[in-house]
Amino acid sequence: MRDPFSIIGKPTAMIDAAEKTTGAGKYTDDLSLPGMLVGKILHSPYPHARLRRIDTSRAEKLEGVVAVVVGKDAPNPYGILPVGHDEHALALDKVRYVGDNVACVVAVSEAVAERALELIEVGYEVLPAYFDPEEAMKATTDLIHDNKRGNIEKDYHHVFGDPNRGFRDADHVSEARFIANEVTHAAMEPHSTLASFEIDPHTGKPGRLTVWSSTQVPYYLQHKLSLVLEMPMAQIRVIKPLVGGGFGGKSEVIPLEIIAAVAARKAQAPVKITYTREEVFWAHRGRPRTIIDLRTGVKKDGRITAVNARVVQDGGAYCSYGVVTILYSGALLGALYDIPNIQYDGYRVLTNKPACGAMRGHGTVNVRFAFESQLDEIAATIGMDPAEIRRRNLLQPPCITVNGLRVQSYGLPECIEKTVERSRWKQRRGKLPAGRGLGIACSHYVSGAANSIIRSDMPHSTVNIKIDRDGGVVVYTGASEIGQGSDTMTAQIAAEALGCSLSRVRVIAADTDLTPIDIGSYSSRVTFMAGNATLRAAGEVKKLIAAAAGKRMGCTPEDLIFRSDRVFRKNAAASVGTELAEMSVRPTQHQASVSGRVEGQILRGSLQQKRKEEGPKDWMTFEEAVVAAIDFHGALTGTGSYAPPAEARGGKYKGGGVGPSPAYSYSAQVAEVSVDQETGEVTVHRVWAAHDCGRALNPVSVEGQIIGSVWMGMGQALTEEMVWKDGMLMNPGLLEYRSPSSVESPTVEPIMVESIDPEGPFGAKECSEGSLAATIPAIANAIYDAVGVRLHESPFTPERVLAALRAKKNAKALDLTEGVDPTAPARFREHGGSLCFDGKGPQRHALDPSRCAASKGGGD
Amino acid sequence: MKKELVELKINGLTHELAIESSALLLDVLRQELQLTGTKRGCDDSSCGACTVLVDGVAMMSCALLAASCEGREVTTVEGVSENGSLAAIQKAYGDWGGAQCGYCTPGFIMTVRSLLAENPKPSEDDVRAALSSNLCRCTGYNQMYEAIRAAIAAERKELVGAK
Repeated sequence: MRDPFSIIGKPTAMIDAAEKTTGAGKYTDDLSLPGMLVGKILHSPYPHARLRRIDTSRAEKLEGVVAVVVGKDAPNPYGILPVGHDEHALALDKVRYVGDNVACVVAVSEAVAERALELIEVGYEVLPAYFDPEEAMKATTDLIHDNKRGNIEKDYHHVFGDPNRGFRDADHVSEARFIANEVTHAAMEPHSTLASFEIDPHTGKPGRLTVWSSTQVPYYLQHKLSLVLEMPMAQIRVIKPLVGGGFGGKSEVIPLEIIAAVAARKAQAPVKITYTREEVFWAHRGRPRTIIDLRTGVKKDGRITAVNARVVQDGGAYCSYGVVTILYSGALLGALYDIPNIQYDGYRVLTNKPACGAMRGHGTVNVRFAFESQLDEIAATIGMDPAEIRRRNLLQPPCITVNGLRVQSYGLPECIEKTVERSRWKQRRGKLPAGRGLGIACSHYVSGAANSIIRSDMPHSTVNIKIDRDGGVVVYTGASEIGQGSDTMTAQIAAEALGCSLSRVRVIAADTDLTPIDIGSYSSRVTFMAGNATLRAAGEVKKLIAAAAGKRMGCTPEDLIFRSDRVFRKNAAASVGTELAEMSVRPTQHQASVSGRVEGQILRGSLQQKRKEEGPKDWMTFEEAVVAAIDFHGALTGTGSYAPPAEARGGKYKGGGVGPSPAYSYSAQVAEVSVDQETGEVTVHRVWAAHDCGRALNPVSVEGQIIGSVWMGMGQALTEEMVWKDGMLMNPGLLEYRSPSSVESPTVEPIMVESIDPEGPFGAKECSEGSLAATIPAIANAIYDAVGVRLHESPFTPERVLAALRAKKNAKALDLTEGVDPTAPARFREHGGSLCFDGKGPQRHALDPSRCAASKGGGD
Repeated sequence: MKKELVELKINGLTHELAIESSALLLDVLRQELQLTGTKRGCDDSSCGACTVLVDGVAMMSCALLAASCEGREVTTVEGVSENGSLAAIQKAYGDWGGAQCGYCTPGFIMTVRSLLAENPKPSEDDVRAALSSNLCRCTGYNQMYEAIRAAIAAERKELVGAK
């Protein structure tokens, strides 16, 4: 059978690949404007303190300083969630974490700005601070935010079905506490924002604002800027240049984005602020440390009867996406397996640390680690194969889960079968050499949140398409390319729907002046939602072309087929079919653009005229059809939008808006690890990851996203962890944070499963987040298979593995902190980064090697 | 600080620049010469996004004084493409998914160039070891290995074709 598609499903280089590999593409920090100044931010050295006094006069007098901005220059509160407007551009009365934003200097150079920061005098009244969420919940005084009792940002208590009966009916109940420590995105591009006001020539006052920023959601940034600057949104243009990775860290408004605009207004000049890597760690918004008390009941046959989860998230100092995170943690207990009874108690707690927010697999990852680990434990207890217990608990879609999530396409069974088969699970499990093991786990994720965070009925995505007389297709979309392939996906869908080659399509994206509103790149929504909007916009244009082309060819529009840069009459398509099949193979972009240009020139000349005079024929070129349509209709534009259907928008209970999605992706993974029983070191050798992405529109990208998710999950499982000491981050650098390098990274075998979703564009669903969550428990379960210890706290560092191994043997625990700085965290770590406060804030400990050396050097 | 005149040879072109003696090569490339393909990803020479070739050796431009590069040949990612068209490694990185967000890509391209110049037939372990000087947060490195294999194959083909 002939492939019904000519563009989608083919491995395609990203349309912006050359920009990236040649270095020609511009990221925000690569941009500069005439007269541009540099902004530098003064951060709080204290985790919790009242601001008594700020004196900026000495800094302002420094040669080269143009302006110093403080809290009262922009006092309006904001926050990404409408329920969480608790942040200010710069601190007004209080600082709430080490790194909180106090003032910003605008100067001619970075060096001058840094010197000026030291001249700002700030009077702090230090307050007691909270670093542990369970301690913070007990607080009655010195609350982090006065209106949040017990430092609880939000708590939810959900009961679905009858959990008590479920546990009574269970033959076996397993109960444990799991802890997943804090991790962060650490996207390679540090956040950067360039803000520039047009100065009104008549009044000399700032007028329209243009902001270039490393953001995943230009629309939300425009919205929050409007709120803080008290400007209409129409006066603000947000442009997203290339973005060097987001993973959720750029999905909300980061302080520097607002500060740059406020600073540009005060300085009356363009201002660029780029975070240092250390500042990126403070800006954070990553995955919160999560404490999960989990109880699962099963029947003898492995069927789950009830789940009870109490989840406490260490949310940091501000709300951020926190309310959504804590809801996702509960909601996404459902929609993977058939769980008839669920009780969920979730607490999002404030602490004096940088705010946590959305990170790849938002809310679901840590709870999934706990759940899949516990399921594995249960399987061992009842003597069942861990793959089999997962099969026993599959959903029977189409269905609505007990917590109101609609599930349609469901590729999980196939994912399990494929990973089991490819990893040779049955043949190899239990037969590997000592210290080597296999573990399996599953996960799922939304293909876009069915409810926008800003409550409204507006479409989640809108796309415009314009076609010119030479057949050039321009797609305008607000969707944000952040490296995941959003622009390429958009171009592919437009080209496929219009039957033209990919090289004809140009994507103009993420510029609030040019592109219609799209709520951006987060919750894995772009392919499903912006993809559907693109498909509809293309469908609308195609209808116009078909009407005109049909007239020209003497047939009805329905009798036309668009393919390979031609428009055919249906019966004619068969005869030219073989020739076409050859052409449908995608030429390289280079060839396509060259041949397109030459052909275009000829056709626009005499040949085109000749063909026009010949009258009705079996086929027209795409350009001829476009010209016919423009001649006939006057203009060739189309619009499409997408809003999730009402049935997919979830239950009507409080908090029921988070979790529902028009479709869910599914993943099953097997990890093969070995554990060094002397050192506790875990090595991941290979991960087989099957992911149900609905349909793989671009297999290279889908595989890349699966591998990337698994890899990031492995980082969280083994090495990545934000280590805190009294609210100070001990490892604010990429080496100390231990992002895995190529030598620590396993081979990942991505397996694409296509369940063809009934509502996805060409059946596609998400593929960029869902796989992450399964990796952590797959590795934990593999460690159990290898050495028989169950790890309840991530990451599974050599210290933790060794401790578990020794506990199993009833051996005395090793004290790895012996002889080390007595106030350092229990697990000794090197001080990282370049933290330095010049005597104004926390000092390195007296026993810190660097200080010992300094005092010796001083002559005693 | 007083500026000094320095002559730097970058991508085959000689530039006379007035720079502070403390200026880093990375900042001079990005701010003085607008060669923004070389990226800054960290504060402490840990990420490799700023990798350039100095006399053919991959080095981090954030840890080099610009003035120390006088009389040496500096190649940045902008100097990799040949006569305006993509070098084999650049095309392969695009085709095989070696670049996602692309921020680390210029650094990786330079590291791979240096590796292949020294060792035209690297084993997978050689490749892994060489790439460990650079960090990527998107790809998990797997597709980079395929890209590097493809680039080696493409260059070999070209060589055979030329004969």
